[in-house]
Amino acid sequence: MHIVVCLKQVPESQNVRIDPKTNTLIRQGVASVLNPFDYFALEAALTIKDERLDTKVTAITMGPPQAKEVLMDALSRGADDAILISHRAFAGADTWATSFTLAAAIRRLEPVDLIVCGKQAIDGDTAQVGPELATILNRPYATYVKSFEFVDDSHLKITRQTDEGVAVWRLPLPALVTVLKDVGEPRPRSYRATLRARRYEIPVWGPEELGVDEDSVGLKGSYTQVVRIFSPERKKDRIMLRGSVEEMVDELYYWLKEQRVPGL
Amino acid sequence: MKPLVDKELCVACGECIDACPVGAISVGDECAEISDECTLCGMCVDACQYGAISMPDVGTGADEDLSRYKGVWVFVEWRHGTVHRVSYELLTVGRKLAEKKGTDLCAVIQGHKLDGVEKDLFRYGAKTVYVVDHPSLAHFTDEIYGNVLVELVRRYRPEILLAGGTSTGRSFIPRVAAMLQTGLTADCTELDINDEGLLLQTRPAFGGNIMASILCPYRRPQIATVRPKVLRAEPLDMPVDGQVVRPDLPGACFVSRVEVLEEQVLEGPGANIAEADVVVSGGRGLQRKENFAMLEELASLLNGAVGASRGAVEAGLADPSQQVGQTGRTVAPVLYMAVGISGAVQHVVGMQGSKVIVAVNRDPEAPIFDVCHFGVVADLFEFVPAFIRKIRKERGEEV
Repeated sequence: MHIVVCLKQVPESQNVRIDPKTNTLIRQGVASVLNPFDYFALEAALTIKDERLDTKVTAITMGPPQAKEVLMDALSRGADDAILISHRAFAGADTWATSFTLAAAIRRLEPVDLIVCGKQAIDGDTAQVGPELATILNRPYATYVKSFEFVDDSHLKITRQTDEGVAVWRLPLPALVTVLKDVGEPRPRSYRATLRARRYEIPVWGPEELGVDEDSVGLKGSYTQVVRIFSPERKKDRIMLRGSVEEMVDELYYWLKEQRVPGL
Repeated sequence: MKPLVDKELCVACGECIDACPVGAISVGDECAEISDECTLCGMCVDACQYGAISMPDVGTGADEDLSRYKGVWVFVEWRHGTVHRVSYELLTVGRKLAEKKGTDLCAVIQGHKLDGVEKDLFRYGAKTVYVVDHPSLAHFTDEIYGNVLVELVRRYRPEILLAGGTSTGRSFIPRVAAMLQTGLTADCTELDINDEGLLLQTRPAFGGNIMASILCPYRRPQIATVRPKVLRAEPLDMPVDGQVVRPDLPGACFVSRVEVLEEQVLEGPGANIAEADVVVSGGRGLQRKENFAMLEELASLLNGAVGASRGAVEAGLADPSQQVGQTGRTVAPVLYMAVGISGAVQHVVGMQGSKVIVAVNRDPEAPIFDVCHFGVVADLFEFVPAFIRKIRKERGEEV
């Protein structure tokens, strides 16, 4: 079985802020990390590998050269192979252009039985690349997967979270899943895998290796364009209530009534 | 490709250096220089006070006549016999967009045994309601829901398509966009028509710290999703005299590779947390599981649900279904009360869309006070019971 895990390197979003004075992004001290949800995607793949010994796990990422850090991390946790998809032409990609590029890479890695993605990336939060990638590759998919098991060699039984509960699906392979944290606690790096990762030369694929036209990827290949970036409107000045507990209770009640909170 | 620096306008002030999130800009003696590290995020364009930096042209030309696409469509989400509230919110904003464009608002509803639910949609201004009622639509699958919507879009060519950012919409709308090879903007908080008649889609990024406005200039339809409760639903005084169209679709639309084995509507403490108008959440400050009882009392008085921080869930004080935050649920109620929650960013990203945020915490330095509208520095064990008594007293109930 061949499993491809799609990873993304993201800025630690809690630290990304716009300076209110200059209206610019403050980048000081913002580290790049593996998208937290992708740890669970990797863990899901490695869990399958634990049980099915003939499994190969390939980690891929698209990003600038330093994105290879997240591939090293994946190798250190037990991924067998890693591919960095990196080239100037890929910059500025929206979710379509990203999915299109990842699809081209996965076609080169075929046969691929299962593609695993995190539920979304914390920088964009779109949750689009998984479904778009599956659609471009004409594979069935399931999003928000909490747990899965093999029914037989070519079918998964998955449980996906919905807004009101869960749905249980039978999903034929080859397929794609986007997973939730419920699939398992990410395992730590192992000593042996880390040593191997250090010697591992990560191949870098550009448009030429993928066989794609430079105009169909990156900003040029994107259907959406970001026309403006700005700070969210600052919340109305917050009101700190003062006085005794009784006074604060009365005041809060008054304000919530004024804000037309239902039920009051 | 990199942004273009106009050497005439650039004064080498260096503002763009700080703006660049990847450190790709340096300033020589005369003007800014952008290296290959650039990811084309556009931050420098915004940062430059002199208008010296611009994004390179993107020449994705149209390969179809865009003027053939007309009308604003809303995908109406039908769930176990009812229309999801987000659909009414979308019809309301869709109506305004259609008015601005001088075009019609239409609705699409898919499901099984729909029994006239479409009539309600005329109250929100839908001129045409496309109804697809089929046994294989009784349960949601990305494949069939996607196939049907794609077929309808190809047939009737709407210019704009809106859908709810629910677990359903966020799952299958990307499939629709990819099949139609067009752009999609998720979780918009604001939709408008710009001067060129394009859909201007504004959404948060980086956990809500940054807003981005996005266009889809060369592809149709322009597709956007909006989370429930972000926009307001306003019915018309008089329903529109609209028509119902029941298109005949090819059988191939109704074939799915996925088989639905089971669907469960979960009960439990966190079951309705995403839908509730009022969410009262507790953190580690509650100390003991039994203390959540007072939050439950408060929530039930306000017809709301009880949430929890990750800390409270990990300490075993609350059920995982109640967790609000990055690894839990995202909620945007009218009122969010954070009780005994310090306000780590991971929690805040799950609730910052709430209309009114009240924070109750003993520690005046707690970061939750940075994001709240009303802050109460108090011992929650005194404040919450007193607040419950106040509500009961105002209602004339025995206290």
